[in-house]
Amino acid sequence: MKDLSRWLLVSAAFFVAGSAFANDSVMKNQANPNNWATQLGNYQGQRYSPLDKINANNVKDLQVAWTFSTGVLRGHEGGPIVIGDMMYIHTPFPNKVFALDLKEPGRVVWKYEPVQDPTVIPVMCCDTVNRGVAVADGKVFLAQADNTLVALDAQTGKELWKAKNGDHTKGETLTAAPLVVKDKVYVGISGGEFGVRGHLTAYDTNSGKMVWRAYSTGPDADVKIDPQKTTMMGKPIGQKDLGVSTWPGDEWKRGGGTTWGWYTYDPDLNLIYYGTGNPGTWNPAQRAVDGDRSKSDNKWSMTIFARDPETGEAKWVYQKTPFDEWDFDGVNENILADISIGGQQRKVLVNFDRNGFAYTLDRATGELLVAQKYDPTVNWATEIDMKTGRPKVVDKYSTFANGEDKNTTGVCPAALGTKDQQPASFSPDTGLFYVPTNHICMDYEPFSVSYTAGQAYVGSTVSMYPTPNSHGGMGNFIAWDPAAGKIVWSRPERFAVWSGALTTKGGVAYYGTLEGYVVAVNMKDGQELWRFKTPSGIIGNINTYTHNGKQYIAVLSGVGGWAGIGLAAGLTQESGAGAWHQAVHPNRATGTGIETAGLGAVGAHKSLGEYTQLGGVLTVFHVPDQK
Amino acid sequence: MTMKDIVGLPARVLALALLSVAVAGPAAADKDAPYTKDGEPTYTVKDGQVDRGTYNGYRRFHSTCHTCHGFDATGSSFAPALVDSLKRLNFQQFSEVVINGRQVAGATGDRVMPSFGMDPNVAQHLEDIYRYLKARADGALPGGRPQRIGS
Repeated sequence: MKDLSRWLLVSAAFFVAGSAFANDSVMKNQANPNNWATQLGNYQGQRYSPLDKINANNVKDLQVAWTFSTGVLRGHEGGPIVIGDMMYIHTPFPNKVFALDLKEPGRVVWKYEPVQDPTVIPVMCCDTVNRGVAVADGKVFLAQADNTLVALDAQTGKELWKAKNGDHTKGETLTAAPLVVKDKVYVGISGGEFGVRGHLTAYDTNSGKMVWRAYSTGPDADVKIDPQKTTMMGKPIGQKDLGVSTWPGDEWKRGGGTTWGWYTYDPDLNLIYYGTGNPGTWNPAQRAVDGDRSKSDNKWSMTIFARDPETGEAKWVYQKTPFDEWDFDGVNENILADISIGGQQRKVLVNFDRNGFAYTLDRATGELLVAQKYDPTVNWATEIDMKTGRPKVVDKYSTFANGEDKNTTGVCPAALGTKDQQPASFSPDTGLFYVPTNHICMDYEPFSVSYTAGQAYVGSTVSMYPTPNSHGGMGNFIAWDPAAGKIVWSRPERFAVWSGALTTKGGVAYYGTLEGYVVAVNMKDGQELWRFKTPSGIIGNINTYTHNGKQYIAVLSGVGGWAGIGLAAGLTQESGAGAWHQAVHPNRATGTGIETAGLGAVGAHKSLGEYTQLGGVLTVFHVPDQK
Repeated sequence: MTMKDIVGLPARVLALALLSVAVAGPAAADKDAPYTKDGEPTYTVKDGQVDRGTYNGYRRFHSTCHTCHGFDATGSSFAPALVDSLKRLNFQQFSEVVINGRQVAGATGDRVMPSFGMDPNVAQHLEDIYRYLKARADGALPGGRPQRIGS
């Protein structure tokens, strides 16, 4: 008994310390700016580096230091991890991992290539992407397409354990990068277009044994919600089992809410944050209870969850798009920052949602502080009601109100979202967010579909085109003030900016373009300082690190992903060269009234195939003479 | 019946069954789902408007198939442009690929087409998807959303 109470005291001490729950090796690695320790740079997901050897003055001298081909041609998302002398890079299916020696740049220390059933490939809705590995406790964690989570020895690449997280014959796959907190590694699930029921699952980092799984839909016990304790908009949820009652029949069992975005963590509050995706079929009529939108939130799809990493219990929830009608798949990353709002220092979470609103919430309580459009052309809702947290939906753009087999036209943003998986960056120096965005609208016609396990479960015909009456391009790179909810500056881009951003103490922000350019801009005003064309379009994230005291910038090129559908059509054949161009031109015959004549500002709109081809390549840059 | 059974055997049978339906089909009105004299599903495009079957094919294609084969069947970075493939494939060959799936190993990695034999959103609309794709491959139909005849 005496021993027990002593143990309790010790645990209590750890609990108060808070960060004792983080993973020590991750904390140590991310505290050292010479490393790029996690996919998002740190637990908070800021993608910011305190390095300043490459800065606004000398970035013009940036040049290629070395390159490395991954040997895989599909879309390369995610980015390189650097810890000490070792760099870890990954590829899309077949999900190779390379450990490269930075002392002899590009020399392969080890290579891992899992053997996977190729029938996994076609159940990956939007190319065979993978968003990268996690490194902790001398292990590399890889979430393979075929739902295998594998732990490798970081020094040798030897398999330590494997766990099976899903079943691809039911449409389940893995694409997201794992997160490690203390002795657990967290993985989600992909397959929102296959009627998959989403979940987040924790595995023991030492044994690979499942510790807990929290579903996105279904009874409270499955979702790990306590309606008396878990809060929503600052109050306990109250009602039981909303994850069942807000769905017709057993639709919640194929209710999506997949969890393929990035996960972040607050070591002090000891909470992990992630978003859940679209609610199953894209046909809202099939998800309506009694044909009544007000009964059909489809909880807990489209929801930001704050969970206890130990138990999985939900501390708070916030549903961004109740009863989705547009595939505004709510998985985007939740970036943690400490900023001043109304003269008060607040611990916030900022989410640039697919639906075109940027949300600033108190990350301890889930209180909604700011919700504003981060692309002024967003039109499906006028605003977010700050009392209820709900969007005010415009009937004209409601695909449910317009009905099945009716084509709803001119919805902004498109299903791709104002932002998709491409992670934004927060600079503590400026207090601003730097956000890669899409600038694309759509026509959306829902219709009835049947569910078959392992087959696509969509039920909507969608066409997309550059935002009408704008600059003609399909993307913007913006600086965002999260306290005011305002765009500070915006750079138009010809194509969607599908690459993760980087900010640095040196005053330079970086992003990649689908044509393959790495672009460096002044964080103050967005003025371009430098650009370089890499071998293929960039949908990966730009990272930075130092080796032997010298700062480097590193990125994976390799066009593909959802951006590669239609966009990349021109890559395969001559007559398809204008594919995206065709696809984005509204059909004149149906008279959507959208003008595409004013394409001047960004230059004539051309097919991506005229700019880049497939190819997975790592490019590492440096300024040779760094002072 | 398991997935494997479907993948293994009955493709030809199914395709033939579909063909026989086609042969038995009525002489087509322009606005319905037309067939050629040989019993192949075909399309009608008049003043930029299409028959109901082709229109349905457009919708079904852009629900399931376009996620790999691209908008307007123009392909993607990981699946071929069917505006080309359908220049070579007749309805029976098309049906076999869609029902059985296909796997091609090549220098650019495995390309895998799943089997849609068990997917009612595709299998029940094979003729109409073929109509749409054939119209696209023949250059009879531009990209984008077509209109139904008489709409």
